[in-house]
Amino acid sequence: MVTFVLRRILASVPTLLAIVVISFAMIHAAPGGPFSHDPGVPDEVRRNLERTYHLDWEVFPIYQELDPVSGEYRVRVYTRWSDIRRTQFVDYVLMVCRGDLGPSTRYPNLTVNELLWRGLPASATLGGVALLFALALGVGAGLTAGLNRNTALDHGSMFVAILGVSVPDFVLAPLLVLLFAVTLGWLPVAGFSTPAHVVLPAICLGAMYAAHIARLTRAGLLEVMEEDYIRTARAKGLAERVVVLRHALRGALGPLVSYLGPATARILTGSLVIELIFNIPGLGRQFVQAALNRDYTLVMGTIIVFSAVLIAMNLVVDVLHAWMDPRVRDE
Amino acid sequence: MSDVISSWTQLSDPAPGDGPHRRAPAIGPLAEGWQRFVRNRVAVAGGVVVLVMALGAVTAPLIAEYVVGIGPNDQDLVLGPQPPLTRSVDSSLAQDGSGRARLHLFGTDTLGRDLFVRVLYGARISLFVGLLATLLSVLVGVTYGAVSGYYGGWVDGLMMRFVDILFSLPYLLFVIMLMVFLGHRPWVLFIALGAVQWLTMSRVVRGQIMTLKKRQFVEAARATGVREFTIIFQHLVPNTIGPIVVYATLTMPVVMLAEAFLSFIGLGIQPPDASWGSLAAEGAATMDLFPWLITFPGLALAATLLSLNFLGDGLRDAFDPHREGP
Repeated sequence: MVTFVLRRILASVPTLLAIVVISFAMIHAAPGGPFSHDPGVPDEVRRNLERTYHLDWEVFPIYQELDPVSGEYRVRVYTRWSDIRRTQFVDYVLMVCRGDLGPSTRYPNLTVNELLWRGLPASATLGGVALLFALALGVGAGLTAGLNRNTALDHGSMFVAILGVSVPDFVLAPLLVLLFAVTLGWLPVAGFSTPAHVVLPAICLGAMYAAHIARLTRAGLLEVMEEDYIRTARAKGLAERVVVLRHALRGALGPLVSYLGPATARILTGSLVIELIFNIPGLGRQFVQAALNRDYTLVMGTIIVFSAVLIAMNLVVDVLHAWMDPRVRDE
Repeated sequence: MSDVISSWTQLSDPAPGDGPHRRAPAIGPLAEGWQRFVRNRVAVAGGVVVLVMALGAVTAPLIAEYVVGIGPNDQDLVLGPQPPLTRSVDSSLAQDGSGRARLHLFGTDTLGRDLFVRVLYGARISLFVGLLATLLSVLVGVTYGAVSGYYGGWVDGLMMRFVDILFSLPYLLFVIMLMVFLGHRPWVLFIALGAVQWLTMSRVVRGQIMTLKKRQFVEAARATGVREFTIIFQHLVPNTIGPIVVYATLTMPVVMLAEAFLSFIGLGIQPPDASWGSLAAEGAATMDLFPWLITFPGLALAATLLSLNFLGDGLRDAFDPHREGP
């Protein structure tokens, strides 16, 4: 088990590195830079700024050389470490390995680490509450529907569930705000300072996941209820409540666990629209601003953190599966 | 003898899922799937709604000109925002000068533009972007999955590892990054959306190809010297068309939702063009005063996504019965 976990952790290192390479290449392939859009900045100052952030270095340890004989450009790779070290990519990776995501190119007096820590509490709170809401509502509705199969209750809750999958959160959010905040005045419209501020955004964010979870739970439960061991449990004379909660539920939650890993990561990272609508100072809103400002280091930092969360969640799911089912470990 | 017969039926029947549940052999797998699909009334209703939306999108200019009589960007600042079902005796909007009263079915927006016409034109853009980006994702995903599944071995291992890596990317952040750095142009939107949505398709097609390539007709083709490219794209891929159509139908709502989301935050479709996402964004800005401005684009979007999901689920249940999805 320990070797399984260690092997999976080691396997995620190249994945993360590949993500860094892809995003780094994409950011630097785009025309323009962090300082090319400030009209008031003289060329000399801009060159100095770019030198400070090493933006005058080669991006990757690859460069083009003009062949004096044929007059063609050739792609060459740096071979000396002192040259390799003086490229933006290698410099950045070494910095990240030290746990430093660099200075923000937009806010020179702040580091990316500080900016991320600033946005994290709001995003994590919002995501956590939304996930709890989605789990409670989803599992509850899924069980209710599955246990009352083909009744009006089943059809009704499943219709609401598929409605929840289809109504985008940015349509749901304004409508709920209109109803509960503007018309009824029960909850605040926007902002993020008191617990009451969390309610509406968390519901809007969690609704789609609740719908997915409800459908998964129902499908899982229906499948499990046909199994022999459920018949055995019933034959032993166990109460229906025990059969469902102790025996069926455990088997029904398998697909749910697989779904929850990526879903958790997406809830924690995908709160972007909700943060924009409710004016919540979280990571998602910060990312959009950073991308618009061409804040290279903040964009990279956010992508690295989000990818790491995603990979970690997938890892947790795999470990859980291996723990529940020894066959997975041996593969 | 029975072995020969079963191998013959398999040869003529590329769909997975022959078995004890198969009924009369006179009905082909496609016809059988179609029967299952037609019995699913919700899925058929979804298909009808999608068709109606598509028809509305295609004929939007005709409806705007001959039925409503107002273009999507014709504005009347004197009229301003009016609630649904308002009748207005046109001033500046009447091009024919007849002074006929016009019915604004969905009302008008803050610039006095007819919301019904704008939602119709929004359907054009939303559905077109969704369709094109889905086609792109199908093209990439099918090619990638087919090549990976056919060659197998280390090629397959490497290619699927790459898919795994892309699966761990926060794709929304990537789309945003692409849109910002490459500019808000429509083709960037297609590429950005299509580029991140081909992963599931490639896995599905790869799995299909891996089972299909062991069939005798592939061996026969190889023995007669057919080129590998032809084997993959003329013999194998056409046999996976069922799952491809099913997953394309399920990809489209995802793509449309992403487009609407991007347009909502101002990175997608740029004014004066409008998709349902950007119409919803305009509506959200003034929704406490004019709630119909967000309701109708939101309803159109939700109804279409709902129908596509029903249609896709129905198609999957009918044509790909062995795969269970959330």
